[in-house]
Amino acid sequence: MSKESIQQFVTEEHEMFRQSVNDFAVKYIVPNIAKWEKEGEVSRELFKQAAELGALGINIDSKYGGLGLDAMYNMIWVEELSRQNVGGSASGIINHLQLPIQYLDKFGSEELKQKYLVPSVSGDLIGALGMTEPGAGSDLAAISTTAVKEGDHYIVNGSKTFITSGIMADYMVTAVKIDGKVSMLVIDTKSEGYSCTKLDKLGIRASDTAEIGMDNVKVPAENLIGEEGKGFYYMMRNLQIERLGIAWGGVGSCEGILDMTIQYIHEREAFGKPLAKLQIIRHKLVELQTELEVIRAFTYLTTQRFCNGEDVTKEASMLKLKAAELGNITADQCLQFFGGYGFMEEFPIARIYRDNRISPIYAGTSEIMKEILAKMVIDGKTY
Amino acid sequence: MSGIQYFMTEEHDMFRKSVDDFVKANILPNFEQWEKDGYIGREIYKQAAELGLLGIAMPEEYGGTGLDDIFSMIWLEQGARHNVAGAMLGLCTHSYLPMQYLNKFASEDLKKKYLTPSCSGDLIGCLGMTEPFAGSDLAALRTTAVKEGDHYIVNGSKTFITNGVYADYIVAAVKTNPEDQRAGVSLLVIDANSEGYSTTKLDKLGIRSSDTAEIAFQDVKVPASNLIGEEGKGFLYMMMSLQIERLSIAWACLGGCLGVMDVTKQYIQEREAFGKPIAKFQTIRHKMVEMETEIEATRAFMYLSTQRFVKGESIVKEATMLKLKTAELLNQVADDCLQFFGGYGFMEEFPIARVYRDQRVNPIYGGTSEIMKEILSKIVIDGVKY
Repeated sequence: MSKESIQQFVTEEHEMFRQSVNDFAVKYIVPNIAKWEKEGEVSRELFKQAAELGALGINIDSKYGGLGLDAMYNMIWVEELSRQNVGGSASGIINHLQLPIQYLDKFGSEELKQKYLVPSVSGDLIGALGMTEPGAGSDLAAISTTAVKEGDHYIVNGSKTFITSGIMADYMVTAVKIDGKVSMLVIDTKSEGYSCTKLDKLGIRASDTAEIGMDNVKVPAENLIGEEGKGFYYMMRNLQIERLGIAWGGVGSCEGILDMTIQYIHEREAFGKPLAKLQIIRHKLVELQTELEVIRAFTYLTTQRFCNGEDVTKEASMLKLKAAELGNITADQCLQFFGGYGFMEEFPIARIYRDNRISPIYAGTSEIMKEILAKMVIDGKTY
Repeated sequence: MSGIQYFMTEEHDMFRKSVDDFVKANILPNFEQWEKDGYIGREIYKQAAELGLLGIAMPEEYGGTGLDDIFSMIWLEQGARHNVAGAMLGLCTHSYLPMQYLNKFASEDLKKKYLTPSCSGDLIGCLGMTEPFAGSDLAALRTTAVKEGDHYIVNGSKTFITNGVYADYIVAAVKTNPEDQRAGVSLLVIDANSEGYSTTKLDKLGIRSSDTAEIAFQDVKVPASNLIGEEGKGFLYMMMSLQIERLSIAWACLGGCLGVMDVTKQYIQEREAFGKPIAKFQTIRHKMVEMETEIEATRAFMYLSTQRFVKGESIVKEATMLKLKTAELLNQVADDCLQFFGGYGFMEEFPIARVYRDQRVNPIYGGTSEIMKEILSKIVIDGVKY
């Protein structure tokens, strides 16, 4: 996969890191995908292995054990894992860095950072983020999980769903309502009254996804992230990197799919010649490649601007929308070129087709992205 | 701040503003008339030349402005944003086709004779590649140039030639060695007032203010010194110019997309249906942002690729992708936006009706979308390098 067009954003250090992510995926993930897909979860050891690479604290300060790098490296981490199309096997380690760790790092107290962030970066604790509820997705104002202060504790009641790492997690950064206002609490998963139920899914089956019940869960008051009532604001602040994260994954996935498809169409013969000689396949493939190169250029540019401290809310929303949709289209159209083999689990494209279907849904559906973009593009609103 | 500001300096922003001023002062007031006439007149070339717009990236010694093609991109993109495709096409064809060949490959004498007055708007040029029986398949060219003493005798015909009727000269692809399909192609500068040179105006679906012609050569006598570069190298020269040709179409198409979105964003705020502006309807909002997303992403890729081009990198693949993608995108954007105008979108009173016709040529000229995909297939699938 040629990458000349984005070379100006890429340094030698980036490429070395990319290579090490690649090695990590090939060594620790690829051989285990089939097993983890069956088991519905990855091993805890994978988090330790990712931590050894520094990947769980890429953009986290070194005083908390992080690498202290910028989000260009988060991008390479996510893009490169996704290029291997390891699907659900990487969603836990990516989610851990991109969601709970970011909240602890940006808004957690020093004490919370020592207690949760440091062991998260080292892979000793696994985190989850609890925003979505059975009755509230992107409509955060509708969340009904409550936290009531009682002395030096909060008493939490409610439920969360579609929580990545939900079963394995040691703690969950949870959106709750305190006095009707959205706030964020770190909740230990071994607390009394905390229960989880594994969810069965269409794809990303190696990803541990759960519904969480909280029945009078007692949470120390110091587990509040930042200030009471500011949860909504904190979530808004983290949206850019969350959306970028999905876009990085989409770009990587498309790269991986196109690589394997180009290889396949050279090998597979029909009517006496390789599929790669058939015009209709050639044209469709370069349409997809063009879409990928366009969106990848936009992704690298936007991520660079994000690292420079610019506000990229609009671009990140566009990228989340576009890269997720492209991941779906690319998987669908390339699967077609594999013919009957594309429907067989023996070929990764079958799994990728299932795996990618989540991308236009999670972290805000495509429709939600369009709602946000419409406010910016048509109504002239700024975030 | 838009993402493309990453690539822009204050000078670029000022230049963009001056393009706006130029189009508003010199093109917009005349445009309706030009569309009727099928011709933009010669004066606009002089006006563009005064601002240095005809020779943006040409050397100053030939009257060029001596800037780089980032400025060319701004000129074409911002000009196109005013939805005056037919008028921009005449000016830009002149600068980004015949003048490119003169600047890159022609002798000093030819440059003085044709390039300098082209920069000043005194001469208008056109490029003659396509023939009735040869489009992108250049090996099929039938126009011949036979050397006789210190002249070539040219016979054949060219078609779909922009600026064809009113041009002062044509940079024409001819066969100086008809036996050799590739090596036989050469480029000649032919004076339009030569004996045996005739033009026929073509009527078109869109870009009606653009002068498009079929050109016939019957024993046209061309001085041997009008050969561009060397005999038999025409194919190579054309290959070497493809990047800027494809980029220039991409620049204009992207600007066209911005122009269509500009008028549509305004219209959906003004037009009411069922008691509210149609900008409040979810289906319109979502379609609009899908298009905006495509445009922003493609624009980022375009600025990035153009910057690499200016630095001297080979971007054949990216320029080809951009030509393909922007042309298709503009078609889709014009069609989807026209729909939001309802019946008014079908009335020539609204520019969107004309834009819809105008943009249809983009996936055709400069190599069709299908030809772009053929080239990209060779690069992406077969690993061919250009």
